[in-house]
Amino acid sequence: MARSKDQQTFQRLADQPPPVMVVGMLGWLRANLFSSLSNTVLTIVAIYLLYLAIPPVIHWAFIAADWVGASREDCTGGGACWVFVLARLDQFIYGFYPEPQQWRVNLAFGLLIVLIVPLFIRSFPYKAWLGFFLLFAYPFIAFEMFTGGILGLPLVTTDQWGGLMLTLIISSVGMVASLPIGILLALGRRSEMPIVRAFSVAFIELWRGVPLITVLFMSSVMLPLFLPEGVTFDKLLRALIGITLFESAYMAEVVRGGLQAIPGGQYEAAKALGLNFWKSMSLIVLPQALKLVIPGIVNTLIALFKDTTLVIIIGLFDILGAVEAAIKDPSWLGYAVEGYVFAALIFWIFCYGMSRYSQALERKLNTGHNR
Amino acid sequence: MKTFRALAASAVLLMLSIGVAQAGTLDTVKQRGHVQCGVNTGLPGFSYPDDRGKWNGLDVDVCRAIAAAVLGDAGKVKFTPLTAKERFTALQSGEIDVLSRNTTWTTTRDTSLGLNFAGVSYYDGQGFMVKKSLGVNSARVLGGATVCIQAGTTTELNLADYFRTNNMKYTPITYDKAAETVAGFDAGRCDVLTSDQSQLYALRIQLKDPGGAIVLPEVISKEPLGPVVRQGDDPWFNVVKWSLYAMLEAEDVGVNSGNVDDMKATSKNPGVRRLLGLEGIGGKGLGLPNEWAYNIVKMVGNYAEAFDRNVGMGSKLKIARGQNALWRDGGLQYAPPFR
Repeated sequence: MARSKDQQTFQRLADQPPPVMVVGMLGWLRANLFSSLSNTVLTIVAIYLLYLAIPPVIHWAFIAADWVGASREDCTGGGACWVFVLARLDQFIYGFYPEPQQWRVNLAFGLLIVLIVPLFIRSFPYKAWLGFFLLFAYPFIAFEMFTGGILGLPLVTTDQWGGLMLTLIISSVGMVASLPIGILLALGRRSEMPIVRAFSVAFIELWRGVPLITVLFMSSVMLPLFLPEGVTFDKLLRALIGITLFESAYMAEVVRGGLQAIPGGQYEAAKALGLNFWKSMSLIVLPQALKLVIPGIVNTLIALFKDTTLVIIIGLFDILGAVEAAIKDPSWLGYAVEGYVFAALIFWIFCYGMSRYSQALERKLNTGHNR
Repeated sequence: MKTFRALAASAVLLMLSIGVAQAGTLDTVKQRGHVQCGVNTGLPGFSYPDDRGKWNGLDVDVCRAIAAAVLGDAGKVKFTPLTAKERFTALQSGEIDVLSRNTTWTTTRDTSLGLNFAGVSYYDGQGFMVKKSLGVNSARVLGGATVCIQAGTTTELNLADYFRTNNMKYTPITYDKAAETVAGFDAGRCDVLTSDQSQLYALRIQLKDPGGAIVLPEVISKEPLGPVVRQGDDPWFNVVKWSLYAMLEAEDVGVNSGNVDDMKATSKNPGVRRLLGLEGIGGKGLGLPNEWAYNIVKMVGNYAEAFDRNVGMGSKLKIARGQNALWRDGGLQYAPPFR
């Protein structure tokens, strides 16, 4: 610190870098993983467990796995036999939908994507019309494209639908139909009209009180016995109605939670403005209530998406059903794990996608009125 | 509530539009142009979809034989995959024409469900599989063993009966899915694995070392599997029954899909000529064309071919004929005379 006397001005020294142990990678590690003796021990144990679990999985799924070929003889690596999944991919996606007609499924889902994308563009002007079209016209267009029988398209009956396609059909019909029915039921349950209220309560408690598997079972095993001989219902339709009624009961309770969270002042303000019941609900109460329960709604929708696999018990081949049937083929016996991993991956992608979307929606609709 | 009412209304409309007057099944099938056949949702060797989505298996071939007999085209059959619990309802309600789904013929089912069993397409029975290293070659010495059970409708009951009759103790471990059963057996959770014999062979090829396991000779239950039809529709019952017999008779007289055209043109054997409709009653009693059995053999093959290709030595399962051999080879398969 030799400072000459004629040098009067204060000169600041360059900042010392912070101690190496508090910043950067090392700092983070020390603060989060090795802050105390017990933390350190836990960290080491966790790393050891990961070391035990992850390398074998990677080895199985990638390094020793077989990707190309046509039969089980091509699976020689000792790891996963993805050849099986690839050979059956068509069936996992389209079920028994005839191969030359599969473009119809692609086209219908492609159209859906094309129609949905503008809804995400903030400045797109005709959103209301497009939404209306999607909800009320598109399902019929898609249904006609899937079944055919018109415009020279060969008929493909619903028993040939399957795989991921069927999973998406069941879940989207369930989602689109159960939300409005659920909202009506929730409003009905809070209604002051005794008959409407009693009906809503009875409906909700009945459908919420039985397991979905029972509902599907009743629709498939009991219902045909009540119908006159020779009269058969489409199996898929039975499942769709069952799932929709079941899920709308759940949806109703989620929405009711939102309705109860809206302060009474909002209802009274709506009345004071002279709005009738439907207007006050659709303009004032429901927009706030639904926004509040987005996590609950999405939770129910994700549960519904996964519940669709239960249709396997009535002999419909959703994606999991297609996998289960495929592993019974003597040519592929013993590759169950690959099939299940594939199905799990597909389900995870869709469920995670829904979850991310709901979070984005919550942020977008956030008005700063946090309760 | 509007939505609900609309839903109910459309449901009623749909029912009305689908409603068909129930005629005899044979006429209905001829008119409709295809046989609606209930099969298993997936059972190795008996019914399973292949890579192209086409149904295969012994049970499936029975359906195809019926279609060949009635409609002259083995491809004119649609399959309804059914779970164990809905199979009888599907038949009773008319959703399917015939149930060919590894269904065991029992008194209860035959007499109290309004159904008729049209024959036996496969004689199955519950058996045991052990690792060779265990050094066991009879089920009689399995006392005290831990038994892995591939859950079935009666598997556990048969097992309990067998061990009680023979005064042996056992510890059961029940699995639902084949993959779990195999993993459990491979990991040494149990000494012995029990299921219907046909399924033991399917489980065996999933083991890490299939050659290291053997199926014991004892069969502890009778599981005659066969096609089922509705009771009280005798013309259709006859068609299904004799379609199955035609496959057996073809094997008996040495006709197969390869030589059937030759045989039809040149054979002087009266048994062959009657089977192929060249003389005798032909298809008159059944209400079918005379070449009904010829069509079955030509398009599906005789019983030996169907057995071999689906479950026998020509398949991955490699099940021996055993009880399913013809009567003159020491088996149980027997067709009444075609005359």
